[in-house]
Order: sequence, then structure tokens, then C-alpha cells
Amino acid sequence: MKTLISVFVTAFLFILLVSPINQSLAAGGATPPPKLSWSFKGPFGSFDRKQLKRGWQVYKEVCAGCHSLNQIYYRNLVDIGFSASQVKVIASEDEVPAGPNDEGETHDEGGEVLVRPGKPFDKLKKPYPNENAARVANNGALPPDLSLTTKAHSTGVDYIAAVLTGYVDAPAGFNLGDGMYYNTYYSGNQIAMPSPLAEDAVEFADGTKATVKQMALDVSTFLAWAAEPEMEERKRLGIKVMIFLIVLTALLFALKRKIWADIH
Amino acid sequence: MSSTHNSSGPNWKNPIVKWVDHRLPIFSFAQHSLIDYPTPRNLSYWWNYGSLLGIVLVIMIATGVFLSFNYTAHVDLAFDSVERIMRDVNYGWLIRYIHMNGASMFFLLVYIHIFRGLYYGSYKAPREILWIIGVLILLTMMATAFVGYVLPWGQMSFWGATVITNLFSVIPFVGPDIVTWLWGGFSVDNPTLNRFFSLHYLLPFVIFGLVFLHLWALHTHKSNNPLGIEAKGDKDEIPFHPYYTIKDLFGLGVFMIFFMGVVFFAPNLFGEPENYLRANPLVTPPAIVPEWYFLPYYAILRAVPDNFVDAWGLLPVIIDAKTSGVIAMFASILLLCLLPWLDRSKVRSARFRPIYKQLYWIFFADCLLLGYVGAQPAEGTMLLIGRIATFWYFFHLLILIPFVPLIEKTKELPASISEAVLGNDEKVGEAAE
Repeated sequence: MKTLISVFVTAFLFILLVSPINQSLAAGGATPPPKLSWSFKGPFGSFDRKQLKRGWQVYKEVCAGCHSLNQIYYRNLVDIGFSASQVKVIASEDEVPAGPNDEGETHDEGGEVLVRPGKPFDKLKKPYPNENAARVANNGALPPDLSLTTKAHSTGVDYIAAVLTGYVDAPAGFNLGDGMYYNTYYSGNQIAMPSPLAEDAVEFADGTKATVKQMALDVSTFLAWAAEPEMEERKRLGIKVMIFLIVLTALLFALKRKIWADIH
Repeated sequence: MSSTHNSSGPNWKNPIVKWVDHRLPIFSFAQHSLIDYPTPRNLSYWWNYGSLLGIVLVIMIATGVFLSFNYTAHVDLAFDSVERIMRDVNYGWLIRYIHMNGASMFFLLVYIHIFRGLYYGSYKAPREILWIIGVLILLTMMATAFVGYVLPWGQMSFWGATVITNLFSVIPFVGPDIVTWLWGGFSVDNPTLNRFFSLHYLLPFVIFGLVFLHLWALHTHKSNNPLGIEAKGDKDEIPFHPYYTIKDLFGLGVFMIFFMGVVFFAPNLFGEPENYLRANPLVTPPAIVPEWYFLPYYAILRAVPDNFVDAWGLLPVIIDAKTSGVIAMFASILLLCLLPWLDRSKVRSARFRPIYKQLYWIFFADCLLLGYVGAQPAEGTMLLIGRIATFWYFFHLLILIPFVPLIEKTKELPASISEAVLGNDEKVGEAAE
């Protein structure tokens, strides 16, 4: 039993050792984002469906103008609480490239890309057809795809919420580049994106007051879902697996004691 | 049970088993190697890790096969194909998280297994080849893990591949040509990804073959044990089944609680967030850091001063700037192969070696320290600490290990395992608990 305990202690120390490794790589020059409480943290955490819908609304009406969400299809929106028929309507409101028609044309006479209404099986509409188009529209900067942002930062969803609310005037003497904005939490404190959220930028369908903070929290939650849509299923299954393994291991331990009884 | 040890095997009652066994004695083999197999009675839980490693290897191959059904090895598609596995393939997220964290578990277990061997002198005669095969397994695991990490084609995949493949450029005369050959071009690109995928599928079977040899050598002289003395006869040994099958199963249960806890509740704990960004050859990440299990070697690589060899005026033509770091890194592993001959002490277990026991724990701490340093930027105090830790690593293996036996007064060894275990000696008996 003593060795068992030491195995657990070793495992624990090992995790302690590993966890600061990821932290130590957090972007230099920026204030670490404040740790907020999220409904989906912890082993039993789950997303608030109302918040996800508000977050989707913020993404759609504010972020989607510049940022793609390449890994998400319209059909995925069923996961955040829309019905299949609602998803059809949401998809059809966007126009997506139609591809070559029966005559093999991809553009109409006016040189415009042929489009059709979106379907649930389409990926969410991209704001720009290609990287160059994105850069020319954004002062040379490329708005990143947001599908995995919360997984791609060591501080995850806290980081997204912090950047969205981290715009302040640059301190005196700070050398701000042309067309750049000062952000407390962004690496190097210079960000090419102007403060995206303004009071009442959207009108929430559920009547929630659209403060900057509220919108930031909602869209961060939505992006956390977009990065890990499997999270709730993973945790639910994980609880069952843990209970099973603990019971099984306890039985195996009892059996081990019984079998070894005549050896000692 | 001793009657089953002769070559004719047990007298099988089931006619089909009997018929098969007469032509291909797999049942006799299983009976001999898995059931009757005589095992020292005093193995502690530190002897669980071998079987755990075997199970993890099988888990890795099984999940890897399913991942390969849905993975696309192309620079434009790899990243999205992995995300498709995470999102659209049924339980794809589970399979990938098991595979991804399985790699970390594999190394965690193998390092414990190796340090177990170091503590109890498991590498000493007549188990030298067993040990060397083990080192080869470690090297093959490292190669497999490295090429596997490239496959998702994230930022760290790409830049890690660039840094590590470039190490081969230090090979005298032909280095740059070898790097071009490895890449299949003039940078890490699509041909590189393709061949890495191929190698990632091939190497686990090489590991499998090496594990077979490892077990063959193991079963020739049987397991070492916490006392480090040879088992002599029936009193010292018990059949593998049911005693160690149940002990291994219980250990597997404990391990799976830890493993699945990570998979389901902290699946990205060991991962580098940067690798969730698509590979971009035009953007270098703020810091290029390998997976945690490579950090000690990475620290050694970066610890050796660029001008180390020049300063000593040695081979200045052949060995240039980064060469000495690369040599030190590979030497840190390959030196382990020589350990059975570097260590001249006849006593195996550190329990009876008071000086070695202290040095062992210092060496263990030194390896952890190297791992920590490997994750930090190589500058200032960290670089200095890394250099001291690197020095100690080699000082331990090359100086302390060979010369300590000359001055060490070892404790008296028990006459036999059974005497030590059954003789009610608290300190020794605890091992079998």
C-alpha cells in the first residue's frame, strides 16, 4: 500500500511539473487574463444554451464580418439549441458560392461569383474568398479563423474574453503602430483589430442587456463550444467511465488480496 | 507445475487443443510463459510497468489504426482531417484523445520502468541484452512519437519537424544532403508529411518486434527483483498466474483511472496549445518547444555551448557550432547501452548500495531538472542551470557509476528471497505487500 501511495504522489508531482510548462509559454509582454468562472468548466460543467445562442448572435452580427469559423457547419448549430428547421432558415439567409453551373460557369456575366442560398450541410459562410482579400480589407492584417482559438491559447477562453474587453488608451510614450490599437491582454499590446464590441452592438433575442462585458462572455462561450463541440458528451461519458473503473479496480484489489493471502 | 516444463507440454484434455498443440504448441507456450512462468515472489508494484507498457502499445496501435482510416496525409488537408475526426467521426474525439494522451502515458510509464531498472540494477549480468533492447525500444518510441506529432500539421508539428530534422545537418560532409533526403525536398513539406505518416505506421511494428525480443531475453533469465539476488528454486518463486496476472490487472485498473481521467477531463493537459494553429511556414511560433517527454534531451541539446569543441581545439574541421549539442543529446541515450559495463558493482539493488542510492536520487532529480529547463528559454540563469544539470548527467554515468563501487561498502545480501521475505524482516517484506 505504501508503494501505491508513492505512485500516486509521483503522478501528482508529475502533473504539477508539467502544468507550468504550458503556462510558461503564454504570450510575452501581455498581462495574463483574469480567470473568470464559466458554466462549462469542471468535470460536470456544461454550456448554457441561452448563452450559446447569444454568443452565436454576437459572432454572426459582429465577428463574422471579418473572422471565419471554418470547422463549423450550419448543421452544427442544432447542438446549441436551434431546431433543424431553424437551422435551415439560418443557412438559407446566407449566400454561399454555388460552384460551376450546368454550363460550367462559376461567374455570371457581371463577373460576380455565382451563389445559392446556404444549406445545413454547408460550412458557415466565409467573410473573404481568400487570404489576400482578407488582408487588403484589414490594413494588411489577417483576421484569424476562430474555430480553435480557445484551444490554441494556453489561457483558453479567459484569453478571448480578456482581449475583447481589454481595449484601453495606449499609455503615454507607448509607440503604437499605424492602424494598430492598444490592448492590455494581447501579445505585445498591439492589435490590428479595433475594439469590436460597443454597447448595444446587438439586440439579444432573449432580452438580455447587450453590454460589452455580456457580449464578450457570450461570444467567448460560443467560441469555446466551437472549439470543443464534443466537450459535454466527453464529460458525461467520462463520469460513467470513471465510476466503472473505480468499481472494477476496487474489485480487482479485493481479488488480489484474496489470491495473495496465502503467499504472505 | 514443474511437470509442465518439459518440451512435450501439458497433457491437454480438449481434443481440438490437443490436435492444434501437437502441430503448433501455442497452448503449451502460453501455459509455459504466461501461467506457470516462475516469477520471484517479492516483486513490488514497480514491476507492474512492463505489462502496462505492453498494454499501452496495443492501445496505441489499435487507436492508431482507426485514426488512419480517417486521416489524410497532405499539407492542405491533414489539419482539417484531424478536426473532422474530432467533430464528425463517431467517437473520433475519444479515439484521438486516447492516442494523443497515450503517447504521454507511454513515455511516463517507460521512464518509470527505466528508473526502476536503474534503481534495482536490472541491467546487470546476465540481463545486458535485455537492457540494450530496452534502450532500442526507447529510441524507436522517440522516433515514432516525433513523426506522429508532425501528422496533425499544426504549428508545433511543422516547426518541431523543421528543428529536429535540421539536427541531421551536423553529420560530417553529407549532413545537408541527408536532410534534403529526409525532407524529400528543400524544406519540410508534403513529401515529408507523407513519409512521416508511412514511418509512423511502420515503426510501432518495429517496436512490437523489439518487445518480442525484450520478452524473450526476459524469460531466459526471468525478472530481477527488489533484492537484486537471483531466485533459487520453488521457495523463491511463484507461478505468474494467478499471482501476477491479478496484480498486473489491479495495476492496470489504477493506471486506467489516471489515463482515462486525463483523456476525459484534461485531454490537452500535456499538449502544446500552439499545435491547434494550422502549420504556417511563414510564421515562427514565439517558442518552439517539444512535447514534455523530449524536454530533458532538448535541454541537453541547448546546454552545450556553441563553441564548446572549438574552445578545446578538437576536430575543428569536422565538428562545427551545433554539432556538439547534437552529439551530447544522442550520447545521453546511447550511453545507457554501456551501463551494464560502466557499473562494476556486483550488487544489483540500490537497497544494499548506500552511496549509489543517494546518487540515484540525485540523478533522478537531475533528469527532472533537465526536463524543467528544457521548457524554458535557453538564456541567463536557465541556461547555466541547464549546463550544470547536463554536466551532472554525464558525470553521473561516466565517472560516478564506474568509480563509486571502488569505495562503496555494500550491505550484506540476504541468503535467499524466501528467507528475506518470510523471515519477517519489515523493510524487505514490504516489497511483496
